[in-house]
Amino acid sequence: MSNLFAQLVLGLLNGAFYAMLSLGLAIIFGLLNVINFAHGALYMLGAFVAWGLLHYAGVGYWPALIIAPLVVGGLGMVLERWLLQRLYRLDPLYNLLLTFGVALILQGLFQLKFGSSGEPYELPQALKGVKDMGFMILPIYRGWVMIVSLVVCLATWYVTERTKLGSYLRAATENPGLVQAFGINVPRMVTVTYGLSVALAAFAGVLAAPIYGVNPAMGADLIVVVFAVVVIGGMGSIMGSIVTGFALGVIEGLTKVVYPTAANTVVFALMALVLVFRPAGLFGKAP
Amino acid sequence: MTSRIPALWQRENRVFVVMFALLVVAPFVVYPVFLMKCLCMALFACAFNLLIGYVGLLSFGHAMFLGSAGYASAHAAKVWGLPPELAILFGIAVAAALGVIVGWLAIRRQGIYFSMITLGLAQMVYFLCLRAPVTHGEDGIQGVPRGHLFGLLDLSDTAVMYGFVLGVFLIGFTIIYRVIHSPFGAVLTAIRENEVRATSLGYTTDHYKLIAFVLSAALAGLAGATKVLVFQNASLTDVHWTMSGEVVLMTLIGGLGRFSGPVVGAFVIGALEFKLRGGQITIVEGVVFVICVLVFRQGIMGTLGAALKLPL
Repeated sequence: MSNLFAQLVLGLLNGAFYAMLSLGLAIIFGLLNVINFAHGALYMLGAFVAWGLLHYAGVGYWPALIIAPLVVGGLGMVLERWLLQRLYRLDPLYNLLLTFGVALILQGLFQLKFGSSGEPYELPQALKGVKDMGFMILPIYRGWVMIVSLVVCLATWYVTERTKLGSYLRAATENPGLVQAFGINVPRMVTVTYGLSVALAAFAGVLAAPIYGVNPAMGADLIVVVFAVVVIGGMGSIMGSIVTGFALGVIEGLTKVVYPTAANTVVFALMALVLVFRPAGLFGKAP
Repeated sequence: MTSRIPALWQRENRVFVVMFALLVVAPFVVYPVFLMKCLCMALFACAFNLLIGYVGLLSFGHAMFLGSAGYASAHAAKVWGLPPELAILFGIAVAAALGVIVGWLAIRRQGIYFSMITLGLAQMVYFLCLRAPVTHGEDGIQGVPRGHLFGLLDLSDTAVMYGFVLGVFLIGFTIIYRVIHSPFGAVLTAIRENEVRATSLGYTTDHYKLIAFVLSAALAGLAGATKVLVFQNASLTDVHWTMSGEVVLMTLIGGLGRFSGPVVGAFVIGALEFKLRGGQITIVEGVVFVICVLVFRQGIMGTLGAALKLPL
């Protein structure tokens, strides 16, 4: 029984990362029509910035939670301005390939420096220890990650769906030309949105560092699953991304209890199943 | 005027003749195993190019066909003791069957989704190969016998093996060339250019896409099965997503939608990997990706073809 709860928590934890990454992918896709293959690499970069801050500058977890997303978000905006923007008029596949190249460069650079084994990242003092919940023992850090990721996801949903800024964003997704004509600087909005989305990925990376350690391949392993999550959920809705992310994490966790061998493949098998019965994805609009 | 030119040296045959001549002379100059690897990768890239270049479908999981055919033929040759020609045929059959399933699923979505779906399904195949008992996990299938082709030609001799790989490559390349330049290929190009219009002209585009996908998978399987015989082992490298990325890069650098592009691309990337060791490869490949996409979208053969006004 305790194994079931432990796997459930692990599943929710993985789900939190799926949700935060697929959220960013969905926002970027909606506005830029680009699938950001570099998303996983930028998540990895966020984790490494946190590790570097602690290791070289003695800056701890809490400041890193702010600094790493700022650094990666800034880099993302440069990336969007200098590279992605040149290809908007072409087939979106070119930007997929461009961001894939960027992902390879980032991953390769860190692999050259750190090898493929990675480094551990120590838990912050305040979040060490466990809490006895009665039915299970919950490590405090895991509880923290779940709560904070849920808050971040819901905040993102609130900003895009319920605020004025979000309405500009959604309008520009529908018809960028018209929004531009109303006097809103769409290219700048696109740059900022891209920056914020990859900052979210970096934030997830910092959250992940104490659990999984920092590792050059961590982003690549994750992004392939997140793509499957995106296909299952459909990129039409923000809430859809959040729900699908958490749900698939839980399903993966439960599979580990029932049939551990299939845990790695269950998300892809579900993707195949969804494609058979609902090709547009669970929350997607019909193609 | 054309009647004076010998048939072999007519415009459309020149590329073949030049390529054939180069590949016959090459093993006297360059390490033959390296050439055989490049030829297998070239065929793999040509199969991939059939989809991206002529149907406009970017498969980001083509390694699954290369790798699964490799495992299948390795198993057939080593465990069942089949001769090489039958082992390769079995590999092709497995890749084609996988192609039917994956193609049927993936063509339900277009554009970027198609790429993500093929990537996801390929990752699933990767995990299956990692876990399944027949593929032997991290070890792979080692010590695959090359055997005697048709019971006559001893493939353990490098010169004979090179001839065989060259033959396989030329057969595969010719099949692709014929498909592209057939009425079927014209419909594929029409789908790439404007799918809605192709549908309105009465073509069931999904059928054409699926046939092209299965054909591409089978030819990638031919490349994978042959590669396994060259190196005498089947491993996880051939099913990993990095291999799927590499074939995209080969095609891109050679020239998307140019039938000779992937061949040149495969040799360029092969040489690059030969020169570079360890972690540098990933970085260099990433840089080449970015440069190609930003400023060199025509690729080598596209640029050359435009400069020489030749259909390369």
